Amino acid sequence: MEAFTTHTGRAVPLRRSNVDTDQIIPAHWLKKVTRDGFEDGLFEAWRKDPEFVLNRPERQGATVLVAGPDFGTGSSREHAVWALQNYGFKAVISSRFADIFRGNSLKNGLLTVVLEQKVVDALWELTEQDPTAEVTVDLEAREVRAEGITASFELDENSRWRLLNGLDDISITLQNEDDIATYEAGRPAYKPRTLKV
Amino acid sequence: MGRTLAEKVWDDHVVRRAEGEPDLLYIDLHLLHEVTSPQAFDGLRKSGRKVRRLDLTIATEDHNTPTLDIDKPIADPVSRAQLETLRKNCAEFGVRLHPLGDVEQGVVHVVGPQLGLTQPGTTVVCGDSHTSTHGAFGALAFGIGTSQVEHVLATQTLPMARPKTMAITVNGELPEGVTAKDLILAIIAKIGTGGGQGYILEYRGEAIEKLSMEARMTICNMSIEAGARAGMIAPDETTFDYLKGRPHAPEGADWDAAVEYWKTLRTDDDAEFDAEVVINAEELSPFVTWGTNPGQGAPLSASVPDPASYEDASERFAAEKALEYMGLEAGQPLRSIKVDTVFVGSCTNGRIEDLRAAADLLRGRKVADGVRMLVVPGSARVGLQAVSEGLDVVFKEAGAEWRHAGCSMCLGMNPDQLAPGERSASTSNRNFEGRQGKGGRTHLVSPQVAAATAVLGHLASPADLSDVETRTPAGV
Repeated sequence: MEAFTTHTGRAVPLRRSNVDTDQIIPAHWLKKVTRDGFEDGLFEAWRKDPEFVLNRPERQGATVLVAGPDFGTGSSREHAVWALQNYGFKAVISSRFADIFRGNSLKNGLLTVVLEQKVVDALWELTEQDPTAEVTVDLEAREVRAEGITASFELDENSRWRLLNGLDDISITLQNEDDIATYEAGRPAYKPRTLKV
Repeated sequence: MGRTLAEKVWDDHVVRRAEGEPDLLYIDLHLLHEVTSPQAFDGLRKSGRKVRRLDLTIATEDHNTPTLDIDKPIADPVSRAQLETLRKNCAEFGVRLHPLGDVEQGVVHVVGPQLGLTQPGTTVVCGDSHTSTHGAFGALAFGIGTSQVEHVLATQTLPMARPKTMAITVNGELPEGVTAKDLILAIIAKIGTGGGQGYILEYRGEAIEKLSMEARMTICNMSIEAGARAGMIAPDETTFDYLKGRPHAPEGADWDAAVEYWKTLRTDDDAEFDAEVVINAEELSPFVTWGTNPGQGAPLSASVPDPASYEDASERFAAEKALEYMGLEAGQPLRSIKVDTVFVGSCTNGRIEDLRAAADLLRGRKVADGVRMLVVPGSARVGLQAVSEGLDVVFKEAGAEWRHAGCSMCLGMNPDQLAPGERSASTSNRNFEGRQGKGGRTHLVSPQVAAATAVLGHLASPADLSDVETRTPAGV
């Protein structure tokens, strides 16, 4: 995973709540067996509308998505995170994320930042009035900054440490392989098995 | 202080607990399918890792599989390639696979329980958000992303922060004609699509205890639509009776030891939940969705709401957008909504009890002119059971299409899709924009409402059928 320390970029204000994963990346894109090449599927249905915010010329090259509450609801598809990253987004800001989407994002180095809705409103107003306005997402300081806006955000220390260092979860877990083996040795015999051993 | 069901199962699976770290949880059962696993197997290959516990891992094919002509090569080359990738990966790593055509193939969340692999007090994961289904057995079951699929394949564990717990207490009995699907849709409408976010739900109370295992699975299945990763129901005699004798259920002394443990899996009387919601079952009636998220639902007897009635600006805007997408007018009675397609199936309502309920209403009746009805069993086994009971004949005689098992029109990754502008009554779990096909419009319903809707051509409940004589005498 790529490390995330701090990022500054222009924003895309997405004034929609309940942006579900079927909107982020429709199911027919899920047939791909790679982690890349999903950028054209991002918000595919909404992008058919030339007025959709992502299609506006002033939003090209923007890297911070500022969305309404309950972003990423629905399916567990990690493809939603890959699509956002493939398109060029580095961070997503919302007042509430769906759990599975949030977990997936943090495992891929896409920083999902939870801010109060009133801060999200302020970011929408700022970036709608001035599309060139830059937003900084600073993981070291746990802070989002833009003109006239400074807001701190929470992220548990363990997730932050993994992101700052770009650490691979599996390697970390395997450092505790003895604990896993000990646990396995104590599992009851009645637990289900898919294969006869 | 006592512990909740979720806390008990959680505690029994902690491999490692350390200050400032998420708990490392052991995973008892890992279910795989073709869509969310290829990149995980690639990751294993790149880092030279193996599957740690092949005996706790099982795969099937469901999302992409066609429901017609399953003995012929799959027409869509991309779907075919994805299924072939799963087959290659399972062969290379040694994972048990039930491919299309196999008697145990089907929607992954129907297959696990019917094999008896889903058991009380186990941890179950799958790269699919509807893994919450398995919580019906008192298992802690949740959907995971592909990075976590790789993590479980490599380590049989997952680092997880412990969620909070929420009790959903359903008092009283469900009235005649009101199903588990109506109940869960009503719960989601009440707490909202984000209401369960950060919680494990425990459904409890008289109405829940009286439900069959199939109905409990319908409830737990849709926990994720309320934002909760997992939903659970304490195991009881209904659970044990369902499991006894299934291919992977414990036997002999193991069965006795298992049941002894399973009986401890109840929330203690002095345990405290972080939140509680109370529902009175007796106030419920058939429930359907009108909007584009599962929280946008109402009793079938109601009308399409007026977006102006929402105080919250973002809810108001969401309702406006939903009505525009759905092609509905505020104030329009829900019963007046005509459909083109009826879909019975999915991990929510594709089990034998669901098919029986739909068939009972269709027996001797006809699907309305201009309506297409698809009946897709949740698994090949469910399909065989239905055939042995003659349900396939009932469906076909009524004018419905009887298909092979898979996810099918729930998400339209195979050819079973809505055309733009088409409207469905669907027993599945998500009414998102375009979920069942680009531009398609979905109303979530129970199997009973689906069958009544198919006969009358507009959203309807079984009670509406008795108002008009729709059965031919011979069929009664």
